[in-house]
Amino acid sequence: MSKNSAEYLINRKDNQYEVVIGLEVHAQVLSESKLFSTSATKFGAEPNTQVSLVDAAFPGMLPVINEFCIKQAIKTGIGLNAKINKRSVFDRKNYFYADLPQGYQISQFKDPIVGEGKVILDMPDGQKEVGIERLHLEQDAGKSIHDLDPQNTFVDLNRSGVALMEIVSKPDLRSPDEVSSYIKKLRSIMRYLGTCDGNMQEGSLRADVNVSVRIKGSKEFGTRCEIKNVNSIKFMQMAIEYEANRQVDLIEEGKSIDQETRLFDTKKNETRSMRSKEDAHDYRYFPDPDLLPLEISDKFINDLKNNIPELPDDKKKRFIDEFKLSPYEATILVSDIDTAKYFEEVVAKMGKNRDMKLAVNWITGELFAVLNNKNLEISQSPVSAKNLAILVNLIKNGTISGKIAKTVFELMLDGDKDPQKIVEEKGLKQQRDPKAIEALIDKIINDNREKAIEYKSGKEKLFGFFVGQAMKASGGKANPQLINEILKKKL
Amino acid sequence: MSIDLKTIKHISKLSRISVDEKRGEKLAGDLNSIFDFIEKLNELKTNNIEPLTSIAETTLKLRSDEVKSKNIREQIVKNSPQDNEDYFVVPKVIE
Amino acid sequence: MSDITKQSLTELVENIKNKNLSSTDITKAFIERSEKSKELNVYITDDFTSALDKAKKFDQKPNLDLKLPGIPMAVKDLFCTKDVKTTAGSKILNNFVPTYESTVTENIWNEGAILLGKLNCDEFAMGSSNETSFFGNVQNPIDKNLVPGGSSGGSASALAGQLTPITIGTDTGGSIRQPASFTGTVGLKPTYGSCSRYGIVAFASSLDQAGPMAQNVKDCALLQEIISTYDPKDSTSIDFKRNQYSKKLNNNIKGKKIGIPKEYRVDGMPKEIEDLWQKGIQYVKECGAKTIDISLPHTSYALPTYYIVAPAEASSNLARYDGVKYGFRAKGENLIDMYEKTRSEGFGAEVQRRIMIGTYVLSSGYYDAYYLKAQKVRKLIKNDFDEAYKKVDAILTPSTPSSAFKIGEKTDDPVSMYLNDIFTVPVNLAGLPGISIPAGHDSKGYPLGLQIIGKAFDEQNILNIAFAMEEKINFKNKITDWWIE
Ligand SMILES: [Mg+2]
Ligand SMILES: [Zn+2]
Repeated sequence: MSKNSAEYLINRKDNQYEVVIGLEVHAQVLSESKLFSTSATKFGAEPNTQVSLVDAAFPGMLPVINEFCIKQAIKTGIGLNAKINKRSVFDRKNYFYADLPQGYQISQFKDPIVGEGKVILDMPDGQKEVGIERLHLEQDAGKSIHDLDPQNTFVDLNRSGVALMEIVSKPDLRSPDEVSSYIKKLRSIMRYLGTCDGNMQEGSLRADVNVSVRIKGSKEFGTRCEIKNVNSIKFMQMAIEYEANRQVDLIEEGKSIDQETRLFDTKKNETRSMRSKEDAHDYRYFPDPDLLPLEISDKFINDLKNNIPELPDDKKKRFIDEFKLSPYEATILVSDIDTAKYFEEVVAKMGKNRDMKLAVNWITGELFAVLNNKNLEISQSPVSAKNLAILVNLIKNGTISGKIAKTVFELMLDGDKDPQKIVEEKGLKQQRDPKAIEALIDKIINDNREKAIEYKSGKEKLFGFFVGQAMKASGGKANPQLINEILKKKL
Repeated sequence: MSIDLKTIKHISKLSRISVDEKRGEKLAGDLNSIFDFIEKLNELKTNNIEPLTSIAETTLKLRSDEVKSKNIREQIVKNSPQDNEDYFVVPKVIE
Repeated sequence: MSDITKQSLTELVENIKNKNLSSTDITKAFIERSEKSKELNVYITDDFTSALDKAKKFDQKPNLDLKLPGIPMAVKDLFCTKDVKTTAGSKILNNFVPTYESTVTENIWNEGAILLGKLNCDEFAMGSSNETSFFGNVQNPIDKNLVPGGSSGGSASALAGQLTPITIGTDTGGSIRQPASFTGTVGLKPTYGSCSRYGIVAFASSLDQAGPMAQNVKDCALLQEIISTYDPKDSTSIDFKRNQYSKKLNNNIKGKKIGIPKEYRVDGMPKEIEDLWQKGIQYVKECGAKTIDISLPHTSYALPTYYIVAPAEASSNLARYDGVKYGFRAKGENLIDMYEKTRSEGFGAEVQRRIMIGTYVLSSGYYDAYYLKAQKVRKLIKNDFDEAYKKVDAILTPSTPSSAFKIGEKTDDPVSMYLNDIFTVPVNLAGLPGISIPAGHDSKGYPLGLQIIGKAFDEQNILNIAFAMEEKINFKNKITDWWIE
């Protein structure tokens, strides 16, 4: 057990409780068509317009599996450092629900396509390994809409049959922060791999959260509750916080915890029991007789392995080694694939004489601030990587000062303008002609004779005054180093 | 092996087929005679036998990731018992 | 030509090709006879008007290169047919009109055949006497109040009663071969994976196979070569090289080794059946084949295995009939109430019984004891056949343990009803092809069938053996047209 300040514990009277969390993440596979049918998977289509006879479970309709979805699952498995199973089986999970047209979900139960793996989390106090129990492929259900009509529920089957990867973690998570970090890491890995877009608003990534509590130091697990289908990291954290406290309260009161499925009410910020699901809990899994076991060859797996892109952990290592970034900077820059791409493009465009530190500061500073303000993804950045690289180079080679650069950057935002052109058009080039600066300084000394005398008689602080005056007189364009040198000579 | 009314009620719930007391008794009787006959399998030792999942002597064929199904909403909802052009409609679901 | 309906498929095709008959002539003749045969109750839905239209259209521009040029035929109501109501013999699909066509029927129409209508069958093909149909009993043309067998009872009855020249059925545990045997016709259950299951209302996915039914082996072979195609829409369809079965049909079976399994000599089997079997052995010997005594030691476990596997799969396959997307819906106060009432009122007693059995054997705590056990025994049964086929080319058995029985005779005793399929079920469990041919009559004059079971994908071989035997047997069905109005 880690003994650090970040430890998440719930304190009551004499007892300290630790929270044990395991996640079943449902990640929508990025694919054009569904897992067992040829319907489209696009988000936001008109209701029931992406539904085939197979998706709506018409009599005599049969599933035929999408090879690409299998590859996506295996790639994800590789990204999770997991064992790929060469033989896996599709089972039927039987239950009745309005948005489950077949009366069963095709899933994988006993023999999933991916077995045990692990992911590494970068926590403020160090790295943490989280075990992956398995990853399996399954169909998504449709959507029930309860608020269109007072008497009826409406069913949209567009999502019915879309491929999901269910990624089951081991109960290794111990705090809401770790859960946040874990989800972000999974999302990052899958986005690097192109296997899931990770869009939580559109439901591409959601999780069932298993929570239990136990006295700190205890080896046994407490009774767990499963909070179903939470679709934002914030809600997951809130749900865990609430649920853990609820369980601790029950224990403190000497009551027992029922193992059950619960729902997180985002409005009331509480979890509550889902009795409706309780009485149909016997899913009667059995191998789907419409499908044969899935057998994949070593070659099939190796071809995928050989085409795995550089993943966040490796990229981070390379950024540290190759670009001499700090682990902190590297973590930020690799966390999202688009950020990493942007950064690497900036690096490439800066060319040989590059200032890595400066580039990192500009991306994580000015650029991030702008994106944050305008609520934009880096892929929608108003300033292209190429132009940011040019800007950084202009600073690096002394064409403009850091201060002027900020002005230039502001101007770049409008239509991704070339900073070089802005500098030329607005005449913002740094003044580097010593004679011109000399003339400028001569004038200032002449205008401020008394101050010059004071300086000479030992009031060294006044040096800053002269620098400021010189800068001001040059409209901020004079090279500061030259001002320094010339001032020292003249005073 | 005896299937009682309670078991019948449980199965009836799982299979979403309502069964009243009278039909339940009859079903229990039928199922018991069928299971008496099924129990014959217990004569066989099968510990080391691999279960046969599929009889088709082939491997699972894979489909390419292409969208072929168009918007056939009209066909899809045409047969549904409660009329609505866009949705399937069911009695209110209470969570 | 008054005897059009008596002609075999081969004769009809010949007559169309020689222009002795038009498609309209033939279609009219079968429709007229069907109209007079209401008492048999073979049709759930007829499509006579559009059949005649199609026949006329065919005659205007006849394509005589097709294998079924303008030939009308009716099919079991388990095949989804585009724009023609498809019920599976159930109330729950009473008003269901598919917008799509099953692959098997599509293949048939592509060869020029014309749909006459949809034939009665046991509800969701669950039954051996056609008595579980929501649309009532089917009469066997052999005798009044005699069951035609099931589940393809309407198909067998329509064929034997000459209301359709050929037909197709489905066979999950004997549903083609048993009714063929009960009506004096030929029925083939192909190798699992030979005919696509796409568009066929599913009963038990790992056992269901569509197959041809005909008046003779040659017609049967022709229909088989039409319906057996590899179909990428069915993941269990098998991509193997299919023969032109009718062209390669050959009665030379000299030197073939035919296995006679001792375990098929079951307790209480009527002497008539044993005698028929012996006669069959005689016939194949006369054809120059050798018979070899073999053992299929797990035969008696086949039926119990089947009554776990089939209901288990069915309980899940039939979950889609929930009143939401299509078919019958009962009024309910809420979703669950609607489900329970819909399925309770929409399914008949036998279907409910099997859903219950299936649900039970898959439920937690019972899966291993029943479902898993059955899958293991299924493996043993398959091994028996694999072992036997090291020594023999085919296996000869009776098709059924008795001739057709009276309507109502077995409805109260499910187990005695299930015992009907004792000789056919092992073939489905092992995924093998099996053909039933009429081979004689019992003392009441009811037909009796013999079954030839082949190796997987060896349809040609069993068709050849059946073809050779057919010649020797020279069976004549005793149809008196008693039902004709
Ligand atoms: Mg879950
Ligand atoms: Zn899941």
